Amino acid sequence: MSKGPADHKLSRASINAILRKYGIFFIFLGMVIIASLLSPAFLTKLNLINIVRQMSIIGLIALGVTGVIVTAGIDLSSGSVVGVACVVAASFAQIPGGNRVLYPQFAGNPLYISIIAGCLVGVLAGFINGFLVAKTKIPPFIATLGMFSAARGAAMLFTQGRPLSNLSDDYNFIGQGDIWGLPIPILLLIIMAVVTHILYSRTKFGKYIYAIGGNEQAAHVSGINVTKYKMMIYVYAGFLAALGGVVISSRIGSGQPGLGVGYEFDAITAAVIGGASLSAGGIGTIPGTIVGALIIGVLNNTLDLTNVSAYWQQIIKGMIIVGAVILDQQKNKGDK
Amino acid sequence: MGNDYLLSMTGICKFFPGVRALDNVQLNVRKGTVHALMGENGAGKSTLMKCLIGIYIPDSGRIVFKDEELRIVNTRYALSKGISMIHQELNPIPHMTVAENIYIGRETRTWYGLVDMKKMNRRAAELLERLGIKLNPTKKMVDLSIANIQLVEIAKAVSYDSDLIVMDEPTSAITEAEVAVLFKIIKSLKEQGRSVIYITHKMDEVFKITDEVTVFRDGTYISTDPTAGLTRNMLIQKMVGRELTDMFHKERAEIGETVLDVRNLSGKKFRNVSFEVKRGEIFGVAGLMGAGRTELLEAVFGVTKPHSGEVFVDGKKASIRSPADSIRLGLALLTEDRKLTGLYINAMVRDNMMIANMKAYMQGLFVNFRKIDADCERMRDQLRIRTPSLKQIIKYLSGGNQQKVLISRWLLTGPRILILDEPTRGIDVGAKAEIYRLMTELTHQGKTIIMISSELPEILGMSDRIMVMHEGDKIGELGRAEATQEKILHLATGMSLATA
Repeated sequence: MSKGPADHKLSRASINAILRKYGIFFIFLGMVIIASLLSPAFLTKLNLINIVRQMSIIGLIALGVTGVIVTAGIDLSSGSVVGVACVVAASFAQIPGGNRVLYPQFAGNPLYISIIAGCLVGVLAGFINGFLVAKTKIPPFIATLGMFSAARGAAMLFTQGRPLSNLSDDYNFIGQGDIWGLPIPILLLIIMAVVTHILYSRTKFGKYIYAIGGNEQAAHVSGINVTKYKMMIYVYAGFLAALGGVVISSRIGSGQPGLGVGYEFDAITAAVIGGASLSAGGIGTIPGTIVGALIIGVLNNTLDLTNVSAYWQQIIKGMIIVGAVILDQQKNKGDK
Repeated sequence: MGNDYLLSMTGICKFFPGVRALDNVQLNVRKGTVHALMGENGAGKSTLMKCLIGIYIPDSGRIVFKDEELRIVNTRYALSKGISMIHQELNPIPHMTVAENIYIGRETRTWYGLVDMKKMNRRAAELLERLGIKLNPTKKMVDLSIANIQLVEIAKAVSYDSDLIVMDEPTSAITEAEVAVLFKIIKSLKEQGRSVIYITHKMDEVFKITDEVTVFRDGTYISTDPTAGLTRNMLIQKMVGRELTDMFHKERAEIGETVLDVRNLSGKKFRNVSFEVKRGEIFGVAGLMGAGRTELLEAVFGVTKPHSGEVFVDGKKASIRSPADSIRLGLALLTEDRKLTGLYINAMVRDNMMIANMKAYMQGLFVNFRKIDADCERMRDQLRIRTPSLKQIIKYLSGGNQQKVLISRWLLTGPRILILDEPTRGIDVGAKAEIYRLMTELTHQGKTIIMISSELPEILGMSDRIMVMHEGDKIGELGRAEATQEKILHLATGMSLATA
């Protein structure tokens, strides 16, 4: 078949592709410029570090959620996993001997035990999610909705509704300390972002999850063990949510069953703004998600600095995720 | 051009990214005639019809119907103007009844607005009887055979009382008895002064009931002639642009021992099928839509689990529980519907190509991109795949090139037995010829090919042996020398060869 005007359409499609790939960075830069114009306090070292530290937990969670969305799934349980993981981790980090100690047999353990315990909780939650999605074929929305509720309940059960305070200095250092001037949460985010990016783009696991999300049937025919890899990505997402839980609880020095409420929403928003598609599987990147999380962080910060009410912030956040999904639909529709 | 023409489409162009589907085509249909529209797959017939009934909007051109120039923006508008269509792909609403399917969107209502099922069933029964179709209007579509589903589609299109009915492959799933019913309906439509646009691959039907034949090739208009003045060969020449037999390669490869032995395989859509395939041969699998061919080979490959039966590869019993097992045994499966189960449509050409061979590209934990690029470049050259780069998103490639990428995917796994399900569906003639050449080359390399195809010329031209299936059963096997279109069609429609 000859190729007339169709050729021009092809290069227009390439331009679209470039815009689509890097557009999000331009939007981010634009927001930074606007923010610095709106408030002189924006472009200070303290404020910028604050922004990144505040979104670092959401960022961590979003790294895993991105992978789940890439497989054409979704994880609504991240926030609840934050809650249950942080209270388990904190129970191992409480300074023994106080009258607030919840589980004396756990208290006083070294730091690495707390972290491992918390992460195992996340892994378990992720395993259950993955099992339900991959083996019983329940829609991910429903499976993780169940975990959203159950994990929160488990957290409440574990703590009898009470907070676990008086945590060891080691533990608190994670959320409150810094190394070479960089707060540890930020360091952790950078490390995990790099690890996750390599995982998603340069390993067999990564290639397979994009294939599963892109066309699950084709992935099956191509010889990919769809069940195994779906379960793995939900486990990874659970692990990262748990890590986020450790960070937030150490930041406030207390493990509370109510921590993390709403984090799943923010994490999904960050991923979607960053380009992960909820309608088409197989689309989404870590750099995009990081920028998406930064956009949310800058937005929140700008609204704070200009004294906009927190309630308005919520409305705006809602509009943003709807806007991002509409944009995403247009992008994918425009090629048909 | 006078009032003689019911429909006049002129200068129609339609582009998709990378493809000129319709290039300045025309179609003029007279009142009270049956007008055949013919051409190879990808010639543009369905695309033009979709422009006519409002599924696509042409990029340029004019449509004049009943002396009125129309801008057909959606199907409802086309229907209201008097144009209806029987689609090639059957899309019944499975859990609704025959009557509900026929009158969907224009249900018979009571005076107070609710659906009047009794009256609707009666209307449907009258319609079906008038047309000579023996069906109970209260039966659910999901309980009907594919042949009956097609009859319901026919009834539905006729019930709109349109002046022009487009029939796209209306006999693909029905037997000769029902074809006779359809032809009677068409005759009575003609007598009422209505017209039919008849799209088919079946030459016999064209010569039986059509008055004029328009031929498209590769998206361009070739000719319009009265059927009476045409012969089979003339039509084939117009459609293909060269002698048909040139496309298929005749040098058969050396045929060796049995490499695949399927015994008594049964599954959801097929029963007790046994066949053997020998090294170096092209084993054709023919049959109508719904015959169970795809389901059979998917079970052999491990995509689905068969209910019972055994598969032997190279004489050894194979335990195939997933596609990964088959791939390890040296099998490959190019699926029937590349959009649905083949392509990762938003991914790059490179990723689409290498995905089944991942294990070969691993260096420890990481992917060796250089090796992947080398392999993909090699495939791109060997198969002459037209793409601006390996990083191009595959959705922008033409159907033929997409199919070549999928074939490359399987070739990279180094298979010994390739199962190709409709390998040239939706592909232009040039790419088809290349794929046939490739198939022949592969057999000369000692590989074996199982080819499912609904295109009789292709099956006859390429296969060494042909197995024919009918509604889930293996109904016959023909050698290359004895096979003819008529024999295959007879078997495929369930009739025994004694009556051929």
